[in-house]
Amino acid sequence: MNIYVCVKQVPDTEARIAPQGEGTIREEGIKWVINPYDELAVEEALRLKESQTNGEVIVVSLGPQRAQEAIRMALAMGADRALHVVCDEYLDHRLVAKALAGAIQSDGTPAMVFAGRQAIDDDAYQVHLRLAHLLGITAATDVREFAWGEGGIRVTREIEEGALEKLTLAAPAMVAVARGINTPRYPTLPNIMKAKRKEIKQLSLADVGVTEVVNHEAILDLTAPPEKAQGRVLKGEHAETVPELVRLLHDEAKAV
Amino acid sequence: MDRIGVYLELKDGNVKPTNFELLTLVQQAGREVTGIMFGDDPASVLAGVAEYRVNELVHVGGLGGDGYKPEVWAANLADVIRERGLGDCLATCSAQGRDLFSRVAARLEAALVNDCTSVDLEARTATKPMYGGKVIARIRMTSDCRLYTLRPNSIIPAPAGGGGAPEVIPLKAGTVASGIEIREIVKDIADKIDLTEAKIIISGGRGMGSAESFAVLQKLAESLGAALGASRAAVDAGYATQDMQVGQTGKTVNPVLYIACGISGAVQHFAGMKTSKVIVAVNKDPEAPIFEKADYGIVGDVFEVVPLLTEEFGRALSE
Repeated sequence: MNIYVCVKQVPDTEARIAPQGEGTIREEGIKWVINPYDELAVEEALRLKESQTNGEVIVVSLGPQRAQEAIRMALAMGADRALHVVCDEYLDHRLVAKALAGAIQSDGTPAMVFAGRQAIDDDAYQVHLRLAHLLGITAATDVREFAWGEGGIRVTREIEEGALEKLTLAAPAMVAVARGINTPRYPTLPNIMKAKRKEIKQLSLADVGVTEVVNHEAILDLTAPPEKAQGRVLKGEHAETVPELVRLLHDEAKAV
Repeated sequence: MDRIGVYLELKDGNVKPTNFELLTLVQQAGREVTGIMFGDDPASVLAGVAEYRVNELVHVGGLGGDGYKPEVWAANLADVIRERGLGDCLATCSAQGRDLFSRVAARLEAALVNDCTSVDLEARTATKPMYGGKVIARIRMTSDCRLYTLRPNSIIPAPAGGGGAPEVIPLKAGTVASGIEIREIVKDIADKIDLTEAKIIISGGRGMGSAESFAVLQKLAESLGAALGASRAAVDAGYATQDMQVGQTGKTVNPVLYIACGISGAVQHFAGMKTSKVIVAVNKDPEAPIFEKADYGIVGDVFEVVPLLTEEFGRALSE
């Protein structure tokens, strides 16, 4: 049973993001981590494997050499081996999905594919569904519960405030997970050591069928959002500041 | 010039207000609209968009209701876009809009920008926040078909009025084999306001101290018709449910007014709500970072300040 899990390396949520030319960011000082949603995906993949007798969890990632650190993290959590499409240039989401599909298809037939609902760098929310389409498998996004069963894959996904949708997916399926599905394990020291010896197979874009890079989405530039003017802390007794706040919200800010 | 496709998302058979932002966007660009709807009843949709200019309405019916069926709708929408030669199509960046358009993009090999905060149809360019809102990206699309989903509350709806009723083009949905079966939809509270579409949000943090104390925020929320949110710290502490979490690993919200109660203001929380038009902070710690980000702040105990606020808003709204 081949269980694939997509992993992307992204800047830590604490990272200071400074735009520089051509839609890129300054990388100095950035701590790179595994995308937090992908960590949930890895955990879910491992739990599925542990419930089966013959499962193997294979990490699939696209990115520059430094992405290896995120891949090692997934291996240290317990994934068995990895496919790394080494790519230094910008690819749009259509091509990323094509490369990941090519990597999976060059390796084996998926029984399941997991991914995070979004990557917290470009917040694109779309590679999982594009990948599922290319693999010709069913897919569900924003998944909060997952159960593997004979009659199909049962998932619960959040659709809108206070509403959950329960689906049965024909296998194989892409399941893009959201927070709340599990609590990912921390890699233990022995597992971190073991991960260093696990195989990371490096693939070029040509190896995965992307022979020509023609992007249909191009980042023209990145800019820092406008800084907010320093706000006001209202001083005095609550009996005065609260009515003053309500007045300001109405008259000045026109928010209510 | 080509018409712009606008996917009209419905809720309980009616047009969601977020669609008015899409229609306003197209009107302001001086372009014509091909509305696309799935469901049984175009009448309520026509009534819903009467204030806006919709030049034609493609009604995809015969699917047995307006419940979202991901693969079936995506295949049919892709056909409509292809057959009608729509170069640019818009939807709301909601759970449904994002899911549907990503599936359509895959089928059409189209470029897609989700979560746009502005769209320039002429330049085929959209802006969207990236890195949890730390930067704004400008993205140009060069494929034959271009798809955009717009973050709710990005545009102030401006009814154009009296364009006359659109021509309705009925289409019978094509049959599509689907490996997805929807078993059940469970709603915990009827008509709960969606956080990502809310105009006003009252949000609580670790400073609330318990799940029970969220009731004080609930009262304020009810008086304002607001949605209730929470910080990750509050969710992790079990004071609030997962679906309430605002932040980089929760929901991204874009309300007119965001009232943060007992929230210290971690960068990850800020990432999820920084585009709020007006931010109010109530916190007893005057050093809390949230005060640097807030337009207005009151230093004080949430349990003293919030009931006063509820009372004061109640008085102001009744006047």
